[in-house]
Amino acid sequence: MIDTLVFLIFAGLTLAGAVAAALLRNLVHCALSLTVTFAGLALLYLSLGAQFVGFTQVLVYIGAVAILVVFAILLTRGSGALPGNLVTTSAWRIGWVAAVAVGFVLVAALQHAPFAQSAAAAPAVSVQQIGQALMGPFVLPLEIVGVLLTVALIGAVIVAMPERQGEDQ
Amino acid sequence: MNLTAYLVVAALLFALGLGIALTRRNAILVLIGIELMLNAANLNLIAFWRYGAHPEPMTGMLFALFSIAVAAAEASVGLGLVIAWFRHARTSDLDAMTRMKG
Repeated sequence: MIDTLVFLIFAGLTLAGAVAAALLRNLVHCALSLTVTFAGLALLYLSLGAQFVGFTQVLVYIGAVAILVVFAILLTRGSGALPGNLVTTSAWRIGWVAAVAVGFVLVAALQHAPFAQSAAAAPAVSVQQIGQALMGPFVLPLEIVGVLLTVALIGAVIVAMPERQGEDQ
Repeated sequence: MNLTAYLVVAALLFALGLGIALTRRNAILVLIGIELMLNAANLNLIAFWRYGAHPEPMTGMLFALFSIAVAAAEASVGLGLVIAWFRHARTSDLDAMTRMKG
């Protein structure tokens, strides 16, 4: 009973943040409601027993990605309300019809999907075990993610770096 | 709670992310929609890790961790591209990005 209540609160928080990000006009408000969604997802991970992933979600998404989004919004001076009426354009309506159709199909498929569930408790995974798995069987993906993050760091800096006038032509 | 409840939340979050990516005109908000879809996939991974029958207890969790790392890289490059485009065109409105057509 109390489990269901906690789950409903967390799920409602997550989905309400996403709905607010979809509907609000001010971009900074959208970024803040996105942060609420990320926090709700971190709570869902914690309620599933995945402590390490939950705190990684807090560190990476709330700590880094949300800040990055706010910086990008402020750097592109998008903090004001959007011009024009969002609701009446036909592209808006078609986009939401497609999204609602996809969501309806997914939920309807899930209602009839016979997943094999184990009723056992959450698998106990300590941080030490995660570290040993990352250094053991998962060492190659870890190295590739390291290379990917380095490439993304250098690439993002080079892409966003101001071009010097008249040098490339 | 059971597996299906978490999967339904993930499906709804995916649909909302898809709606944001399809309807918002600001490039940053389209990236936000893509992030929401990636997060919905992560929630699926963790829900199956928790409730599925798993002989190997590490794999599902590490999939989610690697997915978070890749999503962070994607966000940084995407926002860098938006800032670079804004420097050229002085806008982050996708409707004004017709010069990017091939």
